Amino acid sequence: MAGVRALGVLSRLTSRKYALFTGNSFRSFSVAPAMLARTHVNYEVKGDVAVIRINDPTSKVNTLSIQMQKEMTEVMSEVWADNAIQSAVLISSKPGCFIAGADINMIQSCNSEEEVTKLSQEGQKMFEQVEKSPKPIVAAINGSCLGEFAIACQYRIATKSKKTVLGTPEVMLGLLPGAGGTQRLPKMVGLPSAFDMMLTGRNIRADKAKKMGLVDQLIDPLGPGLKSPEERTIEYLEEIAVECARGIANKKISLHKPKGTMQKIQDYVMSFEFVRNQIYKTVHGKVMKQSKGLYPAPLKIIECVKTGVEQGPIAGYLAEAQNFGKLARTSESAALIGLYHGQVACKKNRFGAPQKDVKTLAILGAGLMGAGIAQVTVDKGVHTILKDTTEAGLARGQQQRSITSFERDSILSNLTGQLDYSGFEKADMVIEAVFEDIKIKHAVLKEVEAVIGMHYFSPVDKMQLLEIITTDQTSKDTTASAVAVGLKQGKVIIVVGDGPGFYTTRCLAPILAEAIRVLQEGSDPKKLDGLTTSFGFPVGAATLIDEVESMWRLTWLKTSGKPSDRDSGEEMWRCCRLWWTSDSKVELLNSANIRVYIQPTKISRKSGKGCYIYQPGSKRKDLNSGIDDILEKYKLTPNPSVSSDSDVQYRLISRFVNEALLCLQEGILNSPLEGDVGAVFGLGFPPCLGGPFRFVDSFGADNLVAKMKQFEAVYGSPFTPCQLLLDHAKDPSKKFYK
Amino acid sequence: MAMLLNSVRSSPVSPARALQYAARSLSTTTQLHAQAQAKSKKSLGRPGVKNIVLVEGVRTPFLLSGTAYADLMPHDLARAALQGLLHKTSLPKDAVDYIIYGTVIQEVKTSNVAREAALGAGFSDKIPAHTVTMACISSNQAMTSAVGLIAAGQCDAVVAGGVEFMSDVPIRHSRKMRKTMLSLNKAKTLGQRLSLIGSIRMAHLAPELPAVAEFSTAETMGHSADRLAAAFGVSRLEQDEFALRSHTLAKKAQDEGLLEDVVSFKVPGRDIVSKDNGIRPSSMEQMSKLKPAFVKPHGTVTAANSSFLTDGASAVLIMSEEKALAMGYKPKAYLRDFVYVSQDPKDQLLLGPGEGRLNMNDIDVFEFHEAFAGQIMANLKAMDSDWFAQTYMGRKAKVGTPPMDKFNLWGGSLSLGHPFGATGCRLVTTVAHRLKKEGGQFGLVAACAAGGQGHGMLVEAYPQ
Repeated sequence: MAGVRALGVLSRLTSRKYALFTGNSFRSFSVAPAMLARTHVNYEVKGDVAVIRINDPTSKVNTLSIQMQKEMTEVMSEVWADNAIQSAVLISSKPGCFIAGADINMIQSCNSEEEVTKLSQEGQKMFEQVEKSPKPIVAAINGSCLGEFAIACQYRIATKSKKTVLGTPEVMLGLLPGAGGTQRLPKMVGLPSAFDMMLTGRNIRADKAKKMGLVDQLIDPLGPGLKSPEERTIEYLEEIAVECARGIANKKISLHKPKGTMQKIQDYVMSFEFVRNQIYKTVHGKVMKQSKGLYPAPLKIIECVKTGVEQGPIAGYLAEAQNFGKLARTSESAALIGLYHGQVACKKNRFGAPQKDVKTLAILGAGLMGAGIAQVTVDKGVHTILKDTTEAGLARGQQQRSITSFERDSILSNLTGQLDYSGFEKADMVIEAVFEDIKIKHAVLKEVEAVIGMHYFSPVDKMQLLEIITTDQTSKDTTASAVAVGLKQGKVIIVVGDGPGFYTTRCLAPILAEAIRVLQEGSDPKKLDGLTTSFGFPVGAATLIDEVESMWRLTWLKTSGKPSDRDSGEEMWRCCRLWWTSDSKVELLNSANIRVYIQPTKISRKSGKGCYIYQPGSKRKDLNSGIDDILEKYKLTPNPSVSSDSDVQYRLISRFVNEALLCLQEGILNSPLEGDVGAVFGLGFPPCLGGPFRFVDSFGADNLVAKMKQFEAVYGSPFTPCQLLLDHAKDPSKKFYK
Repeated sequence: MAMLLNSVRSSPVSPARALQYAARSLSTTTQLHAQAQAKSKKSLGRPGVKNIVLVEGVRTPFLLSGTAYADLMPHDLARAALQGLLHKTSLPKDAVDYIIYGTVIQEVKTSNVAREAALGAGFSDKIPAHTVTMACISSNQAMTSAVGLIAAGQCDAVVAGGVEFMSDVPIRHSRKMRKTMLSLNKAKTLGQRLSLIGSIRMAHLAPELPAVAEFSTAETMGHSADRLAAAFGVSRLEQDEFALRSHTLAKKAQDEGLLEDVVSFKVPGRDIVSKDNGIRPSSMEQMSKLKPAFVKPHGTVTAANSSFLTDGASAVLIMSEEKALAMGYKPKAYLRDFVYVSQDPKDQLLLGPGEGRLNMNDIDVFEFHEAFAGQIMANLKAMDSDWFAQTYMGRKAKVGTPPMDKFNLWGGSLSLGHPFGATGCRLVTTVAHRLKKEGGQFGLVAACAAGGQGHGMLVEAYPQ
């Protein structure tokens, strides 16, 4: 319900498919047998074409692990040595994956910068050999093709399957394409596209890749035939690729693509140094603006590309390898890789398969939340009933999806919108996105077996996180069921215990309370936003205060008791009342028992007036002078000893982090991993810090405690470190991540 | 398939229907019995079920679109077919009860082309006529609708047919332009009109062409056929060979005068047309030179192994057996069981089913619609695959392929041409003619259609 919009890097963590599996376990066992029989790479000679098939038997995806590279090198030498072979096709035997990039664990297991640099240089060397291969190598791509192997091949054929995507996602792990990618891509697709690919790490679908020149030929995926569609499509791809490889070897197919006029113009323009410099400058500026300089990888990518283009390949390749080594050792990279692992872990159902599959899902309330939930459910083939109390609400809810006509029709045929409860008896699960009269509900849902909390984040289709709340009474199967539904909806799921605010909302409360205090101390909202975004939050704290929807506030107020048992809870409680329930008549301001009357204005984005003034259709945000009076009225005098910009940042972050640790201490959270995933994906905790728990590890619990003690001296209990944090501060060997 | 047929028809509306159903179920067992002793080849007629016969079938010559018919309109062709039928059967112009035509791409001026053609051909204006559409099996639908009307006792004699005219297709203004033009009609003042005219932009002038494509997937037929051929591993060579076979057989049939359903047509302002003009047997070498027409550069479907855009019309006279005999006709064949099926329009678009309630061995004549050589070969491969039968048809074993020495022996859509709406009647008439010529008893018609639909019909020779 928290209207947090995680932007930029965070929202793109979606579809990366780096392998989790290590080559490690494999390596340690593979002594003699692997010498004899290759397990990852094999080839078959079809006429004069070698078909090289890659298939990592230990994983669902192929990664360039040590083993894979070793076997690939062997196979390539054999192919090059065999005079009967004129060309080669590189293809994966896995239906949904060509190569998903380098093996992260291989990089992580390195102990020094030099070691990683060496890895990069080995990769560069291998791909250089592939690129300069005297026998043409055709990459036949079906499924995800991430990283640089395919780019090094002479020719690329890709299927138009939805699963086929190309990309260089290294930047999202705080790395760069370290096997020649920064040198090869600009030549292949031009500077602007190369920067776009490498700096965003986004996935490029096959048809787009063809237009960019990243792929030379496309083929259609096949339907049912004499074999399963997947199987036959790979076979077909191979047939076409073999023909194509043969054609290239016979010089029937030219590798030189005729350049279009636009291409020629672009090349001409790019030949001027000042134009290129302008591009570097613009890109650098954009990166700095978006990343606030908190992420080193994009900057290093620009540096490597620039070195290669301006000083030639030798300098370029060297810069790439060295910077790859440097980046692999940064805390940002560790944080992002940690998040990636966390995301993968939270996409699994640790409660096992539910006894009953949810085939029909009913949703009460077709508001933004209900409609959003319906949207992510209905296109997964689950029959969805959307119930609202008004026709207008229903119409709004059903309009959510915007796609082309036939697809829309067939997807929406799974959606039933209605004003009554008919059909609810058939629903396997009911999600309530509004509060409804409990009596009516119970009259209809006579046989409610179990109730479980599912906390979605708005907008549902964009926010990846789902927080599932269980109590002592929740059965394992109920949890498994809820998780299964969430996974089907494509969510990253954390399962937390019950308590006011659950986990995410609870962590948000103290940081927002602190943000309000900062405002009360006279900081203007723009300044506050700047301080938070420059720390790595995608959304500034003042904007966040506005975004948080009334629904969430209401939930909070309705929860009995305080957000936690400590004084800080009391303080938060007050802040929120001050700020958000301003239409109530009487509110408590502070512990001195001053009762104040607040004008009935709702201060939020929804009302158009929060810290800023929001106008539909306009991105401009002007300060709302309407809050000046309130702030003036409740003005606090800042204490200079804790009011520097850095202090303000640490005041905000330390309260967030402390609350998160408290959740783990109290058993609301199951693990630091889920805590980090929840904070980053649900609340926009700076991804470069990897989440509150990783932050404590990297910043040092003792350092954080020292900061908090300093703030505690001024503000009291809100900054009292929790026991878990104190324990970690006392014993430096205690870490949340090993 | 027999089971399917029964269950499809098993919703009894009236007691009479229920009785009919019971009778049918019973007869199915006898049928099974009959299958056991295939040699005897009992008739498929059943007690209590009306025998419906094909009295005559004709068609105009099928011409490549843009040739001799180029200046006509669809109803002109349909009229020519109807007149041919009248002429050939000497049928009194008020002797039929109903006229049904099938067509795919409609000329908007004559959207009920059946009625326009019937009036033009001189049929009594008291005879109702309607037009049906079901992609390439539109005239099959017209015929089976006729069968339904007769079986239900509503009619005794019905003319069914189909027409397609690809030399001229409705090309529309863009949606924006149409909207402006429609608003223009309603504009009251000069100012309003001028402002509407002023709102027209260059982009509005781009016309909308009808594509031979699936609405749901926007994939063209040729593209789909190429993917289908690839899915079943049908090679370019196999397709070219099949296409060559079709053209060669068609040429032979044409030369030997076997295509007796073709009626000459005096095209207004031009010469008499009396022959199909798309039959062009070529050599494998020449065919192999062609580039793929749809999937480039590695596709296998070419202009030579696909059916071409065709103009043409067909018509058949269908009657109850008693009526035909009472009117002194000698029927050509019984129209027996038929079935419509449909599947996923994306991947099995052109997989028409080919299966009746007899064994493959019982069928003497096969007439399958050949939209693309790749498509027909894929169908044959599917029928020959246990895996396909088990995975997608819910059968224990494969259907089996029809023997090629009984298959489309007088050419097919690839060579004769394929006017979408008219092909169905040609198939049925050809089966009847071939049964007579070759002395067979049972014939099977099968055709696929856009939208992933298919049709099959069993035809039984009328005793000599």
